[in-house]
Amino acid sequence: MRKVWQTPGGIHPAENKLQSVQQPIQPLPLPPRLWVALNQHAGAVAKPLVAVGERVLKGQMIARPQPDSGTALHAPSSGTVVAIGPHPIAHPSGLPADCIEIVCDGLEQWIDRDRHPDYRSLPRSELLVMISERGVAGLGGAGFPTAIKLASDRPIELLLINATECEPYITADDSLLRERAEQMLVGIDIASYLLGDPAERVIGIEDNKPEAIAALRTAIAARSDKAAAIELAIFPTKYPSGGEKQLIQIVTGRELPSGALPAELGIVCQNVGTLYALKRAIVDGEPLISRITTVTGKACLRNGNYETLIGTPVSALLGHNQLQPQRLARLIMGGPMMGVALPSSELPTVKTSNCFIAADASEVAPEQPAQPCIRCGLCAEACPASLLPQQLYWHAQSQQHEKLEAHNLFDCIECGACSYVCPSNIPLVQYFRAGKGEIRQQRAEKAKSDFARERFEFRQQRLEQQERDKQAKREARKLAAEQAKAAQAQGDNGAAEDNSAAALIAAAQARAAARMASPQQQRDKLTRAITSSRARLQAAEDKLTQAQHDGADHSQLQALQAAQAAAAQKLQLAEQKLAELAATDSASSSDASAAPELDAASRAIAKARDSAAAREAMSPSEKMASDLAALDKRLAKLQEKLELCEDSEQRQLLESSAAKLQAKRDALHTSSQGDQHGI
Amino acid sequence: MVFKPVSSPHRHGALSTARVMQWVLLALIPGIAVLTWQFGWGTLINIAIATVTALLCEAAALSLRGRPVGFYLRDYSAAVTALLLAVALPPLAPWWLVVIATASAVLIAKQVYGGLGYNPFNPAMVGYVVVLISFPLQMSSWPTPLGLLSDASQPSLGPSLAAVATGTGIDGWSGATPLDLFKHGVNGQLVSDFVAAQPLFSQALLAGLGWEWVNLAFLAGGVLLLAKGIFTWHAPVAMLGSLALMALLFWDGGSSHSGGSLLLHLFSGATMLGAFFIITDPVSSAVSTRGRLIYGALIGVLIYLIRVWGNYPDGVAFAVLLGNFAAPFIDNYTLPRSYGHSRARRATEQSK
Ligand code: SF4
Ligand code: SF4
Repeated sequence: MRKVWQTPGGIHPAENKLQSVQQPIQPLPLPPRLWVALNQHAGAVAKPLVAVGERVLKGQMIARPQPDSGTALHAPSSGTVVAIGPHPIAHPSGLPADCIEIVCDGLEQWIDRDRHPDYRSLPRSELLVMISERGVAGLGGAGFPTAIKLASDRPIELLLINATECEPYITADDSLLRERAEQMLVGIDIASYLLGDPAERVIGIEDNKPEAIAALRTAIAARSDKAAAIELAIFPTKYPSGGEKQLIQIVTGRELPSGALPAELGIVCQNVGTLYALKRAIVDGEPLISRITTVTGKACLRNGNYETLIGTPVSALLGHNQLQPQRLARLIMGGPMMGVALPSSELPTVKTSNCFIAADASEVAPEQPAQPCIRCGLCAEACPASLLPQQLYWHAQSQQHEKLEAHNLFDCIECGACSYVCPSNIPLVQYFRAGKGEIRQQRAEKAKSDFARERFEFRQQRLEQQERDKQAKREARKLAAEQAKAAQAQGDNGAAEDNSAAALIAAAQARAAARMASPQQQRDKLTRAITSSRARLQAAEDKLTQAQHDGADHSQLQALQAAQAAAAQKLQLAEQKLAELAATDSASSSDASAAPELDAASRAIAKARDSAAAREAMSPSEKMASDLAALDKRLAKLQEKLELCEDSEQRQLLESSAAKLQAKRDALHTSSQGDQHGI
Repeated sequence: MVFKPVSSPHRHGALSTARVMQWVLLALIPGIAVLTWQFGWGTLINIAIATVTALLCEAAALSLRGRPVGFYLRDYSAAVTALLLAVALPPLAPWWLVVIATASAVLIAKQVYGGLGYNPFNPAMVGYVVVLISFPLQMSSWPTPLGLLSDASQPSLGPSLAAVATGTGIDGWSGATPLDLFKHGVNGQLVSDFVAAQPLFSQALLAGLGWEWVNLAFLAGGVLLLAKGIFTWHAPVAMLGSLALMALLFWDGGSSHSGGSLLLHLFSGATMLGAFFIITDPVSSAVSTRGRLIYGALIGVLIYLIRVWGNYPDGVAFAVLLGNFAAPFIDNYTLPRSYGHSRARRATEQSK
């Protein structure tokens, strides 16, 4: 047998496991209606694929996950979809979430089951897609999609199978191993194949499950494929040995560095229930539509393990076990240490529903007011993460988030061992959950405000750039005008006439260049924006997968998803703009010469040249008339601009230039009048 | 069916603060019994006066502070303070001495700081030191142990009550404690000669007639609490260990300047009471196990220093208060290394 390591802390609450393993796993009568929640685990809502009124077959996919999050959902039995909408689900809030409601027809008519006993002949990528489409999710904890966990791109050396089931009362994994150990071993082999056949496969199990251990031993001995050895690591029963971090420490003697994923140590952990579901999905072609659920507690006359369809109302489970409603003090989903108290029994089960405890008054801690902390240190001794819960409590009460983080609040696994031992009845873990929530919210808000600030700064920069561009254009125009004026003065003085033409051309060139600068700059800017939004999107997606992997809570995931969506939208917008720009560019260049950049300039030059030539041909009075017309045109344009302009500063500028133009026009007009009258 | 939302965990361990205190009270019984057997009714009278005073003071302070009196009285912490004081004060001490000590403990050392859980100093030791400094005479007269009395019986209840009420003591029934005697009597003689000349030592098995039994009884109570998991072994073992180490290190074979033998230090005075009932008070001690080792060891060293080179024959109360002073400092440097971190942090360090 494999060497195991000691872990600090831990407690030994009464196990209460015997009452639910008196009988083998039993089937449940088919409930008349099933509610399949679209939101099976934190943050991932699947999209329905069926419509109300549609008939569905057992195992038919009825909802598809969003890309890279969540798992597909399948009809647990054949029947008709009668509703898709909000229904209360098994969540402590008791708030409704969207569910697909199916009225069962009792025929249990299966889809065509696509079986792959020869899974090793399939490429890994195909197998991963299959696992995702068949809805396999982590059944031991947070329901994280198994395909994502098995798609690790790091080299894996240890596949660690969690058969610990350290919470009191729960016997779902225990009974699974007693009866179906060989099938679970096939699941190990599938996972092993996907992970590139890691060097070691170890099943971690507590010594309070001798029957399961014996069944595992027999099944391992009977395996034909002896090459890929599977080892057993048996260790003393202690809560919470089944925590991922604790199990890694027990089996390898190593600690998962704070904030790291097991894959970084070359380890992947899988729960036995998940591996069994994996085997069913691949080898038997049965998507995850049922699981083994323990029903226990003294308020039920019968205790046991049941093959439960996902979506079965909890009340049906309890009713089958002869619930005595008057004895029921608390209904708990999960174990007594980390489980959630359900607000009602009219809720459907989900993929992670491993246990329901219908506890009577003797089985739950009476609600007592907390007494002051006497600093007894029992909590610190019980903490498996070697934290100082009483110090954390102190800082949580006074909301000192910095201090909380300095005392490694985020390494708390929320096992509740500290609350369990605290003689002053302080709900320590509740404070820690709240503290974490507050800090996460603060971080999310900070991220949001950082984003807003960035956006503001970006906009500010853009406006400044625009202003600078305009200024440059204005100056270029002014320069051109001055040159033209100088040339004109020379012309008036009887100098070479074509000077003025050259000046006009130069001015036109300058104008065109000033105008030209902007599309190129715009394109550069957009390209830059696209690159940065791509990077941001990537980062957001990475964070999201990480958070999902960690089983982060709902609000956090939502925030991350929002951030990701925002980044995606931004990217799309920038790409769209670039495409538009390219389209207008190509449109303008299509009727011009090969050099589109120079096109506008050359056209302006041509125009200037034409007008200069025309002027040359004109008589002085004609010249004056044309000048007058041009001035009138400019004046009209200015007036138009003035009307549209809202900025007061700009308005002033426009007004003054309009006044100047007007004066010039008036002067020209009088002289032309004079001319006309032959003065 | 609709149920009330509650948070996990849904089960709770068997210990409660009141239960912890009840166990402490229970574990004091052997010590109280031996004190009464050796020194007469005085200890029981002390207990009665101290308990009444403590409960009255606690109730008054709580109602002044606007706290639910019944809820807090039920944690038994005032009773524990009262009993610890009652066994530490000399039997047959004047009633007002007990009242002053207890009132100081409950009011000044505990309630002024915010009640149970917030007191930086051990309340019983604060009360003890207040009267030790204010009334040295009354504090130094202990009844003669049973074995040295000619008719082998302590005064009966009537005269004892009268003595306590009038505060006059009973003539011929009081004498020095072993530590007192040793500190002031050994000068100029070899320890072996001194011990042979003093019936208090010569008739004793370990370290002073009567006192050795008292210490053994407290040791037994302490072992019971250890077995029950009320506290961990760290602080008591560290304190007794460091005291023993000091006694061995400075043992000069029994010259006329001797500091006293190992057994004398371990089994006389308030050694065992301090080790198992005083320094294990969680509120005023260091928190982590490593911290408690240091805390206990520090107090052990201080006890020896005060006993041998200080002005007082026994040093437990002062040593404990000094240890209380040091506890937050010790805590700061003894944070445990959390899972997944390569080293422990300091409590004063900021995150990241
Ligand atoms: S167990 Fe409770 S009373 Fe004891 S130190 Fe921890 S928080 Fe305080
Ligand atoms: S809930 Fe957190 S602080 Fe409490 S024992 Fe568990 S890990 Fe430690």
